[in-house]
This record gives sequence, C-alpha cells and structure tokens, in this order.
Amino acid sequence: MLSFRRLVIILTLSWMAIMVVVPHFLVLLTSFFTPDSQHLAVWPLTLDGYSKVFQAIYIDVFLSSLWLSAIATLICLLLGFPFAFILSKFSPTTRNILLVVMMLPFWTNSLIRTYAIKIILGKKGLINTGLLGAGIIDEPLNMLYTDFAVIFGLVYILLPFMVLPLISSFEKLSSELIEAAKDLRASAWQRLRYIYIPLTSPGIVAGCLIVFLPAMGMFYVADILGGATSLLLGNVIKNQFLVVRDWPFGSAFSVSLIIIMGLMLLLYYKANRYVQRQGGLDDESL
Amino acid sequence: MKAFRIIFISLILVFLYAPIAVLVGNSFNSSKYGQKWGGFTLKWYEKLLENDSLMTAFGHSLLVAVLAATTAVVVGTLMTLAIYRYRFPLKKTTSSALFILMMSPDIVLAITFLVLFMALGVSLGFWTLLLAHTTFCLPFVVITVYAQLKGFNPYLFEAAKDLCASEWQIFTRIVLPLLLPAIAASWLLSFTLSLDDVIISSFVTGPEYEVLPIRVFSMVKVGVSPEVNVLATLLLVVSTISIAIFVLLTKNKQLNKSN
Repeated sequence: MLSFRRLVIILTLSWMAIMVVVPHFLVLLTSFFTPDSQHLAVWPLTLDGYSKVFQAIYIDVFLSSLWLSAIATLICLLLGFPFAFILSKFSPTTRNILLVVMMLPFWTNSLIRTYAIKIILGKKGLINTGLLGAGIIDEPLNMLYTDFAVIFGLVYILLPFMVLPLISSFEKLSSELIEAAKDLRASAWQRLRYIYIPLTSPGIVAGCLIVFLPAMGMFYVADILGGATSLLLGNVIKNQFLVVRDWPFGSAFSVSLIIIMGLMLLLYYKANRYVQRQGGLDDESL
Repeated sequence: MKAFRIIFISLILVFLYAPIAVLVGNSFNSSKYGQKWGGFTLKWYEKLLENDSLMTAFGHSLLVAVLAATTAVVVGTLMTLAIYRYRFPLKKTTSSALFILMMSPDIVLAITFLVLFMALGVSLGFWTLLLAHTTFCLPFVVITVYAQLKGFNPYLFEAAKDLCASEWQIFTRIVLPLLLPAIAASWLLSFTLSLDDVIISSFVTGPEYEVLPIRVFSMVKVGVSPEVNVLATLLLVVSTISIAIFVLLTKNKQLNKSN
C-alpha cells in the first residue's frame, strides 16, 4: 500500500512536472517547429521563429515595448524609493497601516483599475477637468491612447510591487550606519550614494524585476489605454497565439522573454551576494 | 522635512485612490458618461443584475476562484509538507520550479498552459481554467504556509514520532491545526489572485465558459459602461473584506511567533 508520505511526494513531483516543467519544454520545442495553419506547429525543426524575432519590424516592436516597460519601471522606482524610505521612518504600527492602505487598491481587479485610468485620463476626465478648472491649460490634453497613458497605467497597477521589496530592504538597514555616516559629516547625497542605494540594492533589483517582468506582458493595459503603436510584448505574443496563429514565432518571442527574465534573475542574485558580502564585513568590524 | 514627507505620502495615496474613487462615485451617478454628477441613483446596480451575460461570467469567475483556491491550498499545503519534512529525488528542482512559477510573467505561464492543453488535445473551458489557476496560485500558498511551518518547534514532530504517530496522524493532528491561519490566509490570497487574473484566463478558456475579466475586457474596450463601475464597487467591497481577514490572520501568526 502507498504510504501517506509517498503519496504526498508523488503528488508534488507529478503536479510540478506536468503543469510546470513539461509545458515550458513544450514551448521551447514549439519555438523550433515550422508553423502550420492546420496543426499550429509541425516538423521539421527550424530556426525561422527566431530569425523572425530579429526581423526589422519585430525588433522595433520588441525594443519599443521593452522601452515602455523600462520607463514604467523607472518611474515606479523613482516614486517607490522615497515612498519606502519615508514609510520606513514611521513606527511599525503606522507603517503597517499605511502598507495595508497602499495594498488595498492592488487587490481590486487590475482590469477594472485600467478602466478607471481610462476614465481619469479622458478628455473630460478628472485630470483635464482639474487642470482646466485651475486655469493651467486652456484646452483639454490628449492623453488617452498614447504611450503616456500606457506608462501611466502600468505605473498605477505595479507601483505597490515596487514598494514591498524596498520596504523590507529599508527595514533591514541598520540605523547605526546612518548615524555613523552623519557623525563623519557625510552629506545627504553621500548617504544616499554610499549607504542607502548599495545596501537596498537587493530590494531595488527585486522591485524592478517584479515590476518590469509583468509590465511586458500586460497586453490589456496597452489594448485599453494605448494607441495603435503602443504595444507591449504581451500584445505581440497574444496576437501570434490567438489571432495570427503562428505558434512557433509566438513561442520564440516568449523564449526570448524568458531569457531576459533569466538575465535579470542573475542580476538579482549578484546584488544579493554583493550586499551579503558587505554585511559580512560589517559583522567582523562590530 | 516632516511636512514634505507627509505631503509625498498623501500624494501617492491620492494617486492610488483617485481613480477608484471616481469609479465608486460613478456607480451611483445617474448621468451615464459620468463626467458630471447627475444625482444619486441605484439604477446601474439593477442594470447589472439584469445583465445576464455579465452575471453568468461573474458566477463562473467566483466558482473557479473558490475551487482553484481550495485545490491550491490542499495541494500547496501537501507540497509544503513534502518540501519541509521529506527527502525525495529532485527536491531542489521542485523548489526551483516553484520559484520559476512565481517569477514568470503571466503571459509566459499563459502560453505554457495553452501549449500543454493543445498538445494533450484538451478542449478549453472550465477544467483547463481550474488547472491553470490552481497552478499559478501554488507558489503563493507554499510561501505563506512554509513561513509558518518554519516557525514551529521541530521537536513537535519528533515527539509525535516517538509516540508512534503515523505520518498521516502527524499531518492531521499537528500540522493541520497549527497551520490553519496560514492556510486560511493563503486561501484568501489565491481566491483574490484567481479573481483578478486577466492574462492567463484569456488564453486557457474557451467561448463556452466565459469568465468575468474577458467579459469586462470586451465591454471596456468598446466604451464606457456604468455596469463596470458597479462591478468595481462590489469587487472593492469583497477585496476589502478579504484583505481585512487576511491581515488579522497573519497578525495572529506574529503573535504565535513571539509566544
């Protein structure tokens, strides 16, 4: 008879194998297949999918969508870093309350939040009405269906993801280091440059990672807020799979995305190692 | 300096809440396009109830969320137990597969599921949706449950073993009762994740089993629709309640730790 222990192990291994490992290999395999209108992907193996990724039009799409996601990530970092820094200065209770308050919108459907942005950015939306009322502008701004709207939407949806890892990095930072720096007359800029940024770098990298990676895939944000040319990688992949039905190309695109993800994870690992090394030095000196 | 900090925090919170506030306000606004206040009304709420296709999709989404969260919690808890207590081949690979599952962008997971289901020749619908949702919730269950399991005194298990408890007894009499808060918390987390998912759902379900995000997506793309405001308000209430419970549950965990 199978023991409970054996059952648990079999369940674990088979679920992960069937639902995670095998599908990833299937995508990798598909990316080397030949597209076929009847059976989606067939023999023989070819590199056509990948050479298509490097075709001029797709390289443009690839780069411009990376650009949109990268800008959104950068803005999240510029807003999230000071936000996390300020939050870390509050007492734990206040901090936790503020964190919950920040996370609450994040728990509502992100599609509906994208729709909310659409309403806010419209010609007669909150922002235009406010700016017109304040007399800052004379005519309503054209914000919807532009790259700006896509970036705005991405930042809005993903900002909390940036703040969470940063907060935990700031919490780990010992205040003695900052006091020592102040005693040694380090300026605010020097404290930021030599203490805050290096020692929160795992948080920075982790935050950028969990903003940047999903940002590339959020096709509905570009669909709802963006114009005809503001595409994310997700739009391209979705089109290839569900509309054009060129699965090998879609898979090759996705494999490229996975490779980018792998490189970023490597960077994260390096940043973590770097801080641990620095931390080790500090322990010795104490 | 302090004033500056408070202003910055407030601005961020306004940025996060203003769009939602507009939606909630518009759900009670009798003017259809919601650019001006046309007076208080509940007619959009009635309209939502009358909108059969939207309500059916909502029902489908709730059903999948409940079942996916439940399955994910059962499988995830057993998985955590396996990783925490047992030695088995490919254990490291299992942990890294969980990590990949968590880090992979939804779009990548979505196509891996789609390619799998197509290769197996399964038709897309309820079952594929359930399997996909359960799988992408798993790593979050494992993380939450593992964090609590690590907080236990390991001698608990050894004492139980000395007293000749079987693995099944250890699981049902010790692990489960102690893990209950983490299990409940991860259920809520999975429920919300499943309800929120747009990307994976649009790949792994077919036309005969439409879920909420896909329905809403097609409504929102065309134009403004007041029923979506109502839906947003209702979902906001549901998520506020579940996050409140989640916070209370994880707070208890911290209490346990300090004891």
